Amino acid sequence: MTFLNYVLSGISLGSIYAIIALGYTMVYGIAKMLNFAHGDVIMVGAYICFFAVTRYSLPPLVGVLAAMAVCTVLGILVERFAYKPLRTAPSLAVLITAIGVSYFLQNGAQLLWTPNPKVFSSVVGTGRLALFGGQLTVSYVTITTIVSCIVIMIALTWFTGNTKMGKAMRACSEDKGAAQLMGINVNSTISVTFAIGSALAAIAGVLLCSAYPTLVPTTGSMPGIKAFTAAVFGGIGSIPGAFLGGLLLGVIEIFAKAYISTQLSDAVVFAVLIVVLLVKPAGLLGKQVSEKV
Amino acid sequence: MANKVKLVPVPSRSVIPERDIDKSPILETHHLGIDFGGLVAVDDFNLTIGRTEIAGLIGPNGAGKTTVFNMLTNVYQPTRGSILLDGRETKGMKTSQVCKLGIARTFQNIRLFSNMTVTENILVGLHDEMSYNALSGILRLPSFYRSERIARQRAMELLSIFNMEDMADDEAGSLPYGAQRRLEILRALATNPSLLLLDEPAAGMNPSETEELMENIRRIRDMFQIAVLLIEHDMNLVMGICEGICVLNYGKVIAKGDPDQIKNDPVVIEAYLGKKGAK
Repeated sequence: MTFLNYVLSGISLGSIYAIIALGYTMVYGIAKMLNFAHGDVIMVGAYICFFAVTRYSLPPLVGVLAAMAVCTVLGILVERFAYKPLRTAPSLAVLITAIGVSYFLQNGAQLLWTPNPKVFSSVVGTGRLALFGGQLTVSYVTITTIVSCIVIMIALTWFTGNTKMGKAMRACSEDKGAAQLMGINVNSTISVTFAIGSALAAIAGVLLCSAYPTLVPTTGSMPGIKAFTAAVFGGIGSIPGAFLGGLLLGVIEIFAKAYISTQLSDAVVFAVLIVVLLVKPAGLLGKQVSEKV
Repeated sequence: MANKVKLVPVPSRSVIPERDIDKSPILETHHLGIDFGGLVAVDDFNLTIGRTEIAGLIGPNGAGKTTVFNMLTNVYQPTRGSILLDGRETKGMKTSQVCKLGIARTFQNIRLFSNMTVTENILVGLHDEMSYNALSGILRLPSFYRSERIARQRAMELLSIFNMEDMADDEAGSLPYGAQRRLEILRALATNPSLLLLDEPAAGMNPSETEELMENIRRIRDMFQIAVLLIEHDMNLVMGICEGICVLNYGKVIAKGDPDQIKNDPVVIEAYLGKKGAK
């Protein structure tokens, strides 16, 4: 039963990574940039929800929606003012800018909300569901996290496959030049991508802090990097890849913590990443791109 | 050979088919030019295209033909001059807005969305025809289903022009070369253009495929009543279907006229074959 418990908490942690990784992978797929500030959007989302619920005693659901709304706007603003002017700049410049935005958000949060840790109260309560006559207990947070991840995954797949905006996104990810000649506004498509990614980051932030309740301005950075790893693991640019990569990463991390060493768990995670990339350089579900000579 | 069309001169020193003379021209460019740094890529480019004209833009390699296409679609911002599409100045517009106004193009090297299906490629072209917004898409309101159904119907109609219905669900990248070329034309037509730009549509085709392409271009023009401007090196195709031809060399227009005039113009022969050829 402990094994099953580990699997469940692994999937739960993995679901959070997956939701964050979806944001990374969508932005990479369409704007062809690594948005390293994505992890810090998570932190902002968690803070917004925290203040909405604790300070203004709003119902948790309203808190989540507020966090999503604020992060969506934040994502669009960051894209508009930090990344859009660099659309034709070399990718290294964009990468450095993204790291800058990341520090900006972290320090902004420190200034606004002080570096003192806040204790986040779970949005779904602290109850646990007892199964098999109490042998296996699952917290509501775990259930909510897994369910949200699956719902988000299905919704996103449907959105990109069947709607006009989804098709515009895929068209932009393949060939921006041809897409704009087909009447697609590439800039607004990129904005929508950032909006969706940031709204997902808000959800991830709330779920993350519901499971691990300490909230500080750097809360988002480590999960952000792990989720980026998950996106690369699964094949960056691929939505199912981010989902699979996130889940696997979560399970590996929890197993490493449980059976190997708590301190070494991160090292194990990254070692697995290195091995996977050596065998499959494009990630698990990534497309092998043959270089044209 | 094409039916003889009488060409009549218009103010910008161009010629358009006589049947289009009463209608306002679909495209006019006035003294259009672009510099890349110190290099004058295109200069003083004046062209008028009639409502239903099939026009050709020819010239030796590097003459600036594709640059003209890129200026017409605002991918490049011209340094000088103006472009009037259906009487409206397109200066400062985004490429996607120019597409909405009615210019569509295909590419020299095929640029389909190769990971998407044939139908999806056309649906991307129908982007602006689909009227629902993202919210009703997410909430799956009836307007979403209605609009998607109409768009799919429209896509099938377009595919039927080239008898490609049975390929509807194939991945675009997996189609044979000729079919990819045809799909690219259909995707451009999906944007409901009034001027279709074809960049070397016959590249890589054998004579019988080129023959079929010529028939198709004429058929599309008659069916949609649109104008076509094509860049092509295959002189059989150019002389066979173009009504007015404009010859570009080193970024400058060196000749305009109907196929017979162009064929016999010593300046054109010199540009293609050198001084000796002209003698």
